[in-house]
Amino acid sequence: MYLQGMDCIVTGGNVKVLAKAIHSLSRIGDELYVEPQDDGLALRSVNSSRSAYACFLFAPLYFSRYTIPSENVFRCRMAIKSVQAVFRSLASLEKTVEKCHIVLDKKKNRLTFTLHCKHGLLKTHNLSFQDSESLQAVFDKDSCGNVFKAKSRLLVDTVMHFPSSLDEVTVSVNADRMWFRNHVDEETESKAMLTELCLASDEFDEFSVQDHSSITFCLKELRGLLVFAESTGLPISMYFDEPGSPVVLSVTDSVLEGNFVLATLSDDPSQRKSNTKRAQTPPPPPPDDDFMNDDMDSYLIAMDTSMAPGPSTAAPATTPLAEYTSKPPVAANHRTRIHSDDEQEEDETSETDGPPNKKFCSLFFGSVLPSSSLMSTQPLTNQEVLASDSEEDS
Amino acid sequence: MWCELSQANFFDEYQIEGVSPEDNEICLEVAPENLSRALKTVQNAKAVKVKLTKKHCPCLTIAAELPTLSSIGRIVTHDVPVDVIPRRLWHEFKEPSMPDFDVSIFLPHLKTMKNVVDRMKNLSNFLVIEASQNGQMNLKIETDLVSVTTHFKDLGNPPWGDVASQEGRASQSRNPDTMAEARVDIRRLQQFLMGQQVQPSKAMCNIVHHKVVHLILLHEDMSLQYFIPAVVQSG
Repeated sequence: MYLQGMDCIVTGGNVKVLAKAIHSLSRIGDELYVEPQDDGLALRSVNSSRSAYACFLFAPLYFSRYTIPSENVFRCRMAIKSVQAVFRSLASLEKTVEKCHIVLDKKKNRLTFTLHCKHGLLKTHNLSFQDSESLQAVFDKDSCGNVFKAKSRLLVDTVMHFPSSLDEVTVSVNADRMWFRNHVDEETESKAMLTELCLASDEFDEFSVQDHSSITFCLKELRGLLVFAESTGLPISMYFDEPGSPVVLSVTDSVLEGNFVLATLSDDPSQRKSNTKRAQTPPPPPPDDDFMNDDMDSYLIAMDTSMAPGPSTAAPATTPLAEYTSKPPVAANHRTRIHSDDEQEEDETSETDGPPNKKFCSLFFGSVLPSSSLMSTQPLTNQEVLASDSEEDS
Repeated sequence: MWCELSQANFFDEYQIEGVSPEDNEICLEVAPENLSRALKTVQNAKAVKVKLTKKHCPCLTIAAELPTLSSIGRIVTHDVPVDVIPRRLWHEFKEPSMPDFDVSIFLPHLKTMKNVVDRMKNLSNFLVIEASQNGQMNLKIETDLVSVTTHFKDLGNPPWGDVASQEGRASQSRNPDTMAEARVDIRRLQQFLMGQQVQPSKAMCNIVHHKVVHLILLHEDMSLQYFIPAVVQSG
């Protein structure tokens, strides 16, 4: 039997979790990228400015049946709203849906979701899709110096203090504290309300700081992950390095892994040292301290979008960033034009045309990492071991 | 709207240094949504401190310690930008004087009133409040298609006595059955009622015929006054 696409079945409570994952991906972008892989079904989304990316990988064991063709790797994308329509009412999903049968038919360009409900009721949704290029972000959370893990409640309670419309938040860490502040562009909003929240390290399940640093990223894009984590009860892990490198937030259990990768604001190189210094003595709660002296420039999310159509292999040949054609104003600030793998190099980013360009450019797409670091579905404890310093024993 | 809070009832500590010893007051302008959001997020706090500070601009800094399971409290700080009103403009922000009313009446239970107004809002943009000195109040709406009136009786009238009898509109000399009325934008009334979460100790309404509706709510430690101007009857 020649399998033309994919054929898998999700049963019981896993249907609802799948639905929730799709809903949280919809908070990132308008399109859902679907790629059946050997290590599981990957569902991905990216926002239009390529500054936020999310990927859920459901291991084969997540499904009661998971059949994919042995060759002819297949990728497709479709409007995420269409897929959300299949799983419209989350509350009733749990009560009425016994299993969900997903069949991808390459020949007919159709993705069929059949919900097997109580009383023998079958709901079939036929969705059309388009072929898609590869969409994988370049990130390696195992190499990040700063690693944190907490119950989702902690982050949800923290984020609650900031307005839902808030775009950017700055997270600063030192050895035993983490601060969240809303980031305000001084030139445009001199009279904005400033909110700061300080968390102690013992509120986290894991709090490991290698470099005292301060990163700024878009909070809005995270909310999808927070909702997912809270409803599934999974803890959230957070990985980041210096400003400019993306921040990764993930939820993991034995059969699924969700990664949200967000671009962070990049510093001017000349500012970097002073920022680091300042970050090492973060402002204490007493309000006398004025922390609003950041001189950060536009956000840069390096997105390497050299798309490699066709079979995706573990190491597509790409010169990551040189080929990236971004929109001109963004390109001017594009730190990742420095196409060396060393992300420490920085271009002149201080000059921007006109008002501060706060676009997060696309970042980190392109050369696909070895599958293990990106797609591992091993429980988080394994990843912790991998991330530990050489001095530490596992 | 004019609201007064008794600081002793709300604050354990209260220190102020006004403009000068003679004018020991400070007048600030603030965006209510900012303040409201800040206070909302610290509802569960162990303690909240409000301080006038100078950050990137003058701010009301609201600092709170939130309850946590950890040994170290979680501190949240909101810097709400404010504008300091100079002394020469303070006269613009004084308590409005109470107008000479034609009728003064106690309001029905606010929740009941809100329910009525909520339903009426679907039918009309304007509502007429009329009341008499013998404890009757009617809420009326009238459109081309429908007119609806809700009647309240035996509400009681506040005993102002001589306080309001200034221009010969003395409550005593007035026929107790005569209604005074004012037509108001129903959304204003609804917004006001929506904001009242707790039934006050006293709630009353003074009506200046065809001019203004003056609502007065008295709580144990706070007073609230709301003035709604009357809308001219069209046609």
